[in-house]
Amino acid sequence: MMLKEELEREYMRSGHMGCPGCGVATTLRLVLKVLGERTIVVIIPGCHAVISANYPNSVLKVPCFHSAFEIAAPTAAGISNALKIRGEEGINVLAVAGDGGTFDIGLQSLSGAADRNEDFIYLCLDNEAYMNTGIQSSSSTPEKVWTMTTPGGRKGRKKNLMQIIAGHRMPYAATVTMGKPLDLMEKIEKAKNIRGTKFIHALVPCPTGWRMAENLSAKSAMLAVESKLFPLYELIDGINFRITHEPQGIPVKEYIKIQGRYRHFTDSDVEALQKQVDEEWERLVEKAKSCI
Amino acid sequence: MKTLLQGNYAVAEAVRLSRVQFVAAYPITPQTPIYERLSDYELEGKLKGVMMRTESEHSAMAACISAALTGVRTFTATASQGIALMHEMLHFASGNRVPVVMCNVNRVVAIPWAFGSDQSDSLSQRDTGWMQFYCEDAQEAVDTVIQAYKIAEQVFFPVMVCIDGFFTSHFLEPIDIPEQEMVDRFLPPPDIPNRFDIKNPAYVGNVVSPEQYMVFRQKSFEDMEKARGVIKRVDDEYREIFGRGYGYLEAVDTEGADVVLATSGAMTSTARVAVQSLKDKGYDVGLLKLRTFRPFPTKEIQEALKGVKKLAVLDRNISIGKEGIWCQELKAALYPLKERPTITNYIAGICGADVSPEMIEEMVINTLKREDAPELPVWVRRDQ
Repeated sequence: MMLKEELEREYMRSGHMGCPGCGVATTLRLVLKVLGERTIVVIIPGCHAVISANYPNSVLKVPCFHSAFEIAAPTAAGISNALKIRGEEGINVLAVAGDGGTFDIGLQSLSGAADRNEDFIYLCLDNEAYMNTGIQSSSSTPEKVWTMTTPGGRKGRKKNLMQIIAGHRMPYAATVTMGKPLDLMEKIEKAKNIRGTKFIHALVPCPTGWRMAENLSAKSAMLAVESKLFPLYELIDGINFRITHEPQGIPVKEYIKIQGRYRHFTDSDVEALQKQVDEEWERLVEKAKSCI
Repeated sequence: MKTLLQGNYAVAEAVRLSRVQFVAAYPITPQTPIYERLSDYELEGKLKGVMMRTESEHSAMAACISAALTGVRTFTATASQGIALMHEMLHFASGNRVPVVMCNVNRVVAIPWAFGSDQSDSLSQRDTGWMQFYCEDAQEAVDTVIQAYKIAEQVFFPVMVCIDGFFTSHFLEPIDIPEQEMVDRFLPPPDIPNRFDIKNPAYVGNVVSPEQYMVFRQKSFEDMEKARGVIKRVDDEYREIFGRGYGYLEAVDTEGADVVLATSGAMTSTARVAVQSLKDKGYDVGLLKLRTFRPFPTKEIQEALKGVKKLAVLDRNISIGKEGIWCQELKAALYPLKERPTITNYIAGICGADVSPEMIEEMVINTLKREDAPELPVWVRRDQ
C-alpha cells in the first residue's frame, strides 16, 4: 500500500507543456511521487522531453538530463556507475523513453545495458506512435491503426516488447498504466528496491495521436486493461509472470470505439482484434500458471 | 627507465597513470589492444572504478558523457567505423562540455573495407567541437593522454588523442613510462563537478531558443580560444616535470627556408629522415610537424613559415572534392599573410600505404622545382 505522503507529494511542478489530457505527464507525475527527491531523471527526445523543460525552466523538481534519442539506457547506466564510483548511494536513476526510443531506435542500447544488468529503472512511455513529431508509426503502433505515415493503416502487429525484455532476464519488469494508478505506484516502489535493470512498460494514452477527446485518457487506459488488451503483470528474472490485476473482460470494441485512430475498423477488423487479444491473454494466463 | 611497448599498450599505461575512474569501450581494430589491456588492469586491480563493456561505440561515448557529467574521469578508445558511429555523440560531448578523453587509432573508413592508417576518420570530425592532437609516436601518445586530462578538466572540452593505426598502435617502441608519483604531482585527483546534485537539482540539456542556442555556441567558441593558453601552460609544465613537451607544432629550421615540408602523425618520423638526407645534399629545407588540429594553431603556423617560398604538405587523408585536409587548413591559415608560400599538396600513405624517405625527398625536390602550385593534389603511390 502506498503511504498517504507518497500519494500527496509532487516532484512535477505545474506548467508542463503537454497537450490537454496528456498521459505522459500524468504517468511521469505518478512515477516521481514514488521515487521521490533522491532521483536523477534521464529523458530523451519525445513528448516527455519537450513538455518537461524549456530553458531556463523545468517542471521537474529533481535533476534531469535531456540525452539523445537512442541512448536512454547507456546514459542512465553512465550516471548510476558514476554515482557508485563517487560513493553516492540510495539515488534512483530513472531513464524515460517513448515507444520510438524503446521499441525502435533505442532497442540496441537498452539490450546492452540490460545484458550488463546496469542499475537503473527504465520507463517506457508507450503511446504507440511517434507523437512528438506529429503521429508517425513506430513498431509499437497496433496493426491497421491510422497514423500520419500509415494513412491506410499500419501493416504488421505491435512488437511484443515484453518477450524481448524476458530474454534479458532482468530482475524486474512490469506493465503499468495510469488507468490503474495504485498498481503503477506499487510496481515502481518494488522496482525502486531492486538492484539491476528494471523495465517498466507503461501504456500512455495520447488524446492528440489517438484522435480522442482529452477527458478520455484515464478511461481509455482503464479500458485497455479491463478488455485484456493491455494486461497488467510483473515479470521476475525474465521467467516468472504474475498477473497483478484480473481484467473484467470488457469487449475490446469499447476501448477502440472512443479513438479516432481506429475509426476505419470494420466489424471483421474488430472481431479479428478481439480474437488476438483473447489468445494473447490465454497465453499470458498459461505462463503465469506455470510460474512459482 | 624505458620499456619496450606497443603504442596501444602505452596508451593504456597512460590511462592507468591518469587514474581514470570510468572506461566504456567497444572493440575495433586497431584500437582493441587498448581495451584489452585496460581489462587486464581492471582484473589486476590496477584500474580502480568501473569498466563498461558496451554494445557499441555510440553507447560507449553516451556513457562516458553521462558519467563525466556526474563528475568522474572517463576514457574510451575507438577507430574508423567506431568514430563514425559515434559522430552524433561527439557533438553531444562537446555541447555538454565534458572532459572526456578518447584515443582514436587512425584507420580508413569503409568502403572499400581496409584497416590501414588514415586520418580521415578523425579529421572528418573536425567540427564536432573536440580538441584534437596528432601524435608522432607512442611516447608522445603517452605524454599527450596525460596532458589531455589536465587540459580537458580545466577548459571543459573533450580531447581526442590520435595515433596511426598499426604504425604507432602496434609497433614496439622503447617508451619512458612516467612514475605514478610524478604523474600524480602533475595531474591532481579528479575534481569534476557533478551536474546532477540531488540537493541542488538542475536540468542539463534543455531545449533553447535560437538566440540562446547562439549564445551557447559563441561561449563554446570563445572558451576554445581561451583554451589555447591552457594547452601551452600544461605542455610547459609537463616539460618541466618530465623533460618532454611538444607545443602546438614543431618547426625545425623553417624560417626563411627555400622549402618546408609539413607533416603530421607517424609519417613525421619518416619525414625527419628525408629532411636530414636532403640537408646533407645541400638543400635548404625545413620541417613543420603539425600536432594540434583543434584548436588550430594559425598564429604559430604563420610565425613558423615566415619568409618561406615553397611549402609541401603531406596528407594521409583526403577530402574528396577538395584536397588533403591539413593542406586546406594550412592554406586558410596562411591566406592573411602578404607574402605566403606556394603550396603543393601530396596525398600519400592512404590506408597505411608505404611512404619511404626517398618518396618524401622526391616530393620536396618536386615542390622546389615547380614554378606554380598545382591546382589539384598530387597522389603519390609506390607502384607509380
